[in-house]
Amino acid sequence: MIRLDPRLLAARERLSHIKLVVPVMSSKGGVGKTVIAGTLALLLTKNNVETGLLDLDFTNPGLHILLGADIRSWPEEEKGVVPPKIYGVRFMTAAYYSGDEPLPLRGRYVDEVFKEILCITRWPGVEVLVIDTPPGIRDEALNILTYIPSPKPLIVGTSCPLAVHSVEKLIKVLRESNHEIIGLVENMADQPGPLRRLSEKYGIDYLGNIPYIKDLDTAIGSPDKLVELLSPYLARVIEKIRTIIS
Amino acid sequence: MVHEWALADALARYIVYRISGEGKKNVKRVIIRLGVLQSIDKEILGFALKEILESMGYQVKQIDFEDEEPVLKCRKCGYEWKPNMNVFGETIREAIHFVPETIFSYYKCPHCGSRDFDIVKGRGIDVTLIEVE
Repeated sequence: MIRLDPRLLAARERLSHIKLVVPVMSSKGGVGKTVIAGTLALLLTKNNVETGLLDLDFTNPGLHILLGADIRSWPEEEKGVVPPKIYGVRFMTAAYYSGDEPLPLRGRYVDEVFKEILCITRWPGVEVLVIDTPPGIRDEALNILTYIPSPKPLIVGTSCPLAVHSVEKLIKVLRESNHEIIGLVENMADQPGPLRRLSEKYGIDYLGNIPYIKDLDTAIGSPDKLVELLSPYLARVIEKIRTIIS
Repeated sequence: MVHEWALADALARYIVYRISGEGKKNVKRVIIRLGVLQSIDKEILGFALKEILESMGYQVKQIDFEDEEPVLKCRKCGYEWKPNMNVFGETIREAIHFVPETIFSYYKCPHCGSRDFDIVKGRGIDVTLIEVE
């Protein structure tokens, strides 16, 4: 008999009605995953797609700050927990429970939090679940690829050689495990650069570049402003996701 | 409706997964180990587990719970202790109830003050015995 964690059986059930799970991934830190994940969820909602948003960066959650969400209002309990809607997006984060305190976690505890949150969280009506992930190819990323059925990652990077090398390693891991990659976004780049060449090398859709936006910090906590600043650059990502779920 | 239902749902799916190959629908006895850290309400969990199993076409006669008291051990100084959960207010106990690892947000080693400790035992829920008839 194969031993399974009971929580994983429930987690699969909770996600079974969701048409598409999009982890926003990069093995390099500081490339803009959180901003892109959060804004992507807001834009999908504006495009009439019922969207959920999950912050898997347990030790350094930032999505609630990005969205200006009040984490003192916990998810409603209804045979599990149902994340509240923030600007129309069902938003779940461990920060509801850790508050403003630090949450230092070794790997095995990251694994436990992952299973616990996926087991207890229900996503009523959600069609697309966007997941913000921490950098690296460690517990959170591996858990997504191993335990979530058919995730289709969106890869984010910058033109910096360190990021390009790092992203290529992530692509290799995703390819080896037969995961379909939705596409690649080159952030903080005034024009298409090395990530477009990388996408051509691996046959991945290049879904555009986002220039460095000087005023971006002023939009943190203001979803309307995030949408205004980033919507032109995420249009192709939205279009591709809408095509997949239709 | 409290979140014990979500945990009961996970346990029910696991029990069915374990016994489905035997072609039997009556569960004589189940033993569930409960880590006390999470402060699970046994009455609700047991009730929910029976209801969910019934809805899946299975009957369960007896559910027994075994409490496992939490033990923590500091990685920095090696101190091992049993945490007193009553020192926390209701909000923190609730947070640990939902996500037990949030104990790392609210608790430190009483000997050296480090947050780098291990939960040696007393966390989570597990099915330790399933008897079918």
